[in-house]
Amino acid sequence: MIGIINIIIVLFIIIGAFLSLVAAFGVLKFPDVYTRNHAASKSATLGVMSILLGTFLYFYVEKGHFDSSVLLGIVFIFITSPVAGHLISRAAYNSGVKLWDKSVQDDLKLAAKSKKKN
Amino acid sequence: MAFQILLNVFLGFLWMFFTVSYEPVTFLKGYLLGLVIIFSFRRFFQSRFYLLRVIAAINLVLLFIKELILSNISVIKLVLKPKLDIRPGIFALPTVLEKEWEITILANLITLTPGTLVVDVSEDNKLLYIHAIDIDDVEDAIISIKDSFEKAIMEVSR
Repeated sequence: MIGIINIIIVLFIIIGAFLSLVAAFGVLKFPDVYTRNHAASKSATLGVMSILLGTFLYFYVEKGHFDSSVLLGIVFIFITSPVAGHLISRAAYNSGVKLWDKSVQDDLKLAAKSKKKN
Repeated sequence: MAFQILLNVFLGFLWMFFTVSYEPVTFLKGYLLGLVIIFSFRRFFQSRFYLLRVIAAINLVLLFIKELILSNISVIKLVLKPKLDIRPGIFALPTVLEKEWEITILANLITLTPGTLVVDVSEDNKLLYIHAIDIDDVEDAIISIKDSFEKAIMEVSR
């Protein structure tokens, strides 16, 4: 039983570290702010959440210590990180950062133009 | 909904005072009995029986987690693919949700969906501007997903 839980803990932490690595790769590889934000706001969220979950399980199983603040940390990250991604991309758009290889970029541009006229 | 929960807690306390035992287990028993009472008197309340909304909220949380995992898999695929053949773009999505918290939850849910990220919400709360990482093949599929999200959120707020 303990062995199975140990394997689960190791899996959680390795997956978390791998996802954080993928997020860092994505930030390096993608061409503009918005696509980088995709990688940073999703992979880093789940990566940190799963590392925290692994930590929580480790201290609960091995040491018998139920650390509820780690669980609160998971919930807080889960709530705040998509909002942070949204705010960064919105601030980038409103300060005029261009998109990379656009196809249907016009939607927001048209809306902004019609707002300026009024 | 809040009124029904408050009434249920009150019924739980009432049961504790009836049986003159002040244990958590007694409160739980009273709470379950109160649940049965509220269920049988559900036609006198304005809103639905509140347990249905609690179940809908739990469903929404599970949907959040599922979408987070799926979107991570899709990001991993994009990052680890050697060729960079993405076509990003911004499209507008009309929404039928009206309350502010519903729109916030929808925007968070969309941000955690595979390949989409909310850039802006229009001033009259009718349109969400979404940055998609692969605009041509995803758009239709995503709109159908949004329908299921909107339905799940409306299931909670109804």
